Amino acid sequence: MSAPAATALGASCASCHDCGLLSRVDGRAHGARCPRCGAALHFRKPRSLERTWAFLIAAMVCYVPANLFPVMTVISLGKAQSDTILSGAIYLLMHGMWPLALIIFVASVFVPLMKIAILAFLLVSVQRRSAWRPAERTRLYRLTEAIGRWSMVDIYVVTILVALVRLGNLATIEAGLGAVFFGAVVVLTIFAAESFDPRLVWDTSQGRQT
Amino acid sequence: MPTVACHDCDLLHRLGPLPEGVTARCRRCGGLLRKRTRNGFERTLALALAAAILFAVANAFPFLSFEMRGRVTQTNVVTGIVDLWKGGKPEIAALVALTIEVAPVAQLSLLLYVLGLVRIGRVPPGLPTAFRLLRHATSWSMIEVFMLGIIVAIPKLMGMATIVPGLALWSFVLLMLVLSAAMAAFDPEEVWERVEGRR
Ligand SMILES: [Zn+2]
Ligand SMILES: [Zn+2]
Repeated sequence: MSAPAATALGASCASCHDCGLLSRVDGRAHGARCPRCGAALHFRKPRSLERTWAFLIAAMVCYVPANLFPVMTVISLGKAQSDTILSGAIYLLMHGMWPLALIIFVASVFVPLMKIAILAFLLVSVQRRSAWRPAERTRLYRLTEAIGRWSMVDIYVVTILVALVRLGNLATIEAGLGAVFFGAVVVLTIFAAESFDPRLVWDTSQGRQT
Repeated sequence: MPTVACHDCDLLHRLGPLPEGVTARCRRCGGLLRKRTRNGFERTLALALAAAILFAVANAFPFLSFEMRGRVTQTNVVTGIVDLWKGGKPEIAALVALTIEVAPVAQLSLLLYVLGLVRIGRVPPGLPTAFRLLRHATSWSMIEVFMLGIIVAIPKLMGMATIVPGLALWSFVLLMLVLSAAMAAFDPEEVWERVEGRR
């Protein structure tokens, strides 16, 4: 590769995570503080790879029960019917509500899986010190940060249904265990994305260790 | 000319004062360096005030009524959270409370606290902490996702009974638009500049 680009790390500078101010850090960053806002300064997010893996693996583990257990149970005239995320989406599709089925499928199935896959790919590529297309990998990271919140849709749908349909034996809707695990998946993937430091992608692309 | 580093790839850039309405992006990865919006300070303050009023209305009134065989139930966000809690799902209730109530309230009060005090020429005590909390509150505030949830829930319920949208529903729609406009106009760097007396 050509000469390393001028980075803050190369110039012994760190930008503050809270206020964005760039300041010079002499020696090791440990204990350095931002002169403007007093936040702790780090060249890179501390223990980024370990923390991201930890949250990501926890999210993968919760993803299984999130799909196996029902997200809600509809009790209508004495009959109970439970739906998982997937069976709920299929029900909507069968009843001609395919735009809703598509929203639920994208937000609850596609987005979490894609987010987990992209973060795992980024972690592995950084650990293997890959130099493959750092700009595209950074864009993938920004995508996971932007779309993760939309997975909450199903949780809100369940909340609204539970709150509105409470007519005793006539019709009642209860939230299921699947919704609890699914909420955990959303929260854990948000933590995972927050823990990952996209600058690591560029560090290894330039053959430099952090 | 001050130097800044890209948050996404660490590349250094010299970044002079930006004209209003100009966004500076990293030349290597396209990451956002700074966004200077047109009249951003005043606009954020005005929009945050409007959002606070809409938030109060959205929570004070029912957003949907559900009518089945002559029986009517209504819900607002708080009763929905309480029902989930009582229904044995406190984890979901807490998550909904955090993302629809606590985070948006924190987001709006911190914005109004910081911008309001700076506007009248005072330095807000605890400004760094306020900014730190604002960043977290913003990332956990999910009003716009909740709106999508309502859009999905309504047709699902229409199969069972009659659904009547309430006043709060329209407030939520407006709140979503006003709140995202406020955050889009917000430029924290301008607050620091005003506080440090550079302007
Ligand atoms: Zn700082
Ligand atoms: Zn960059």
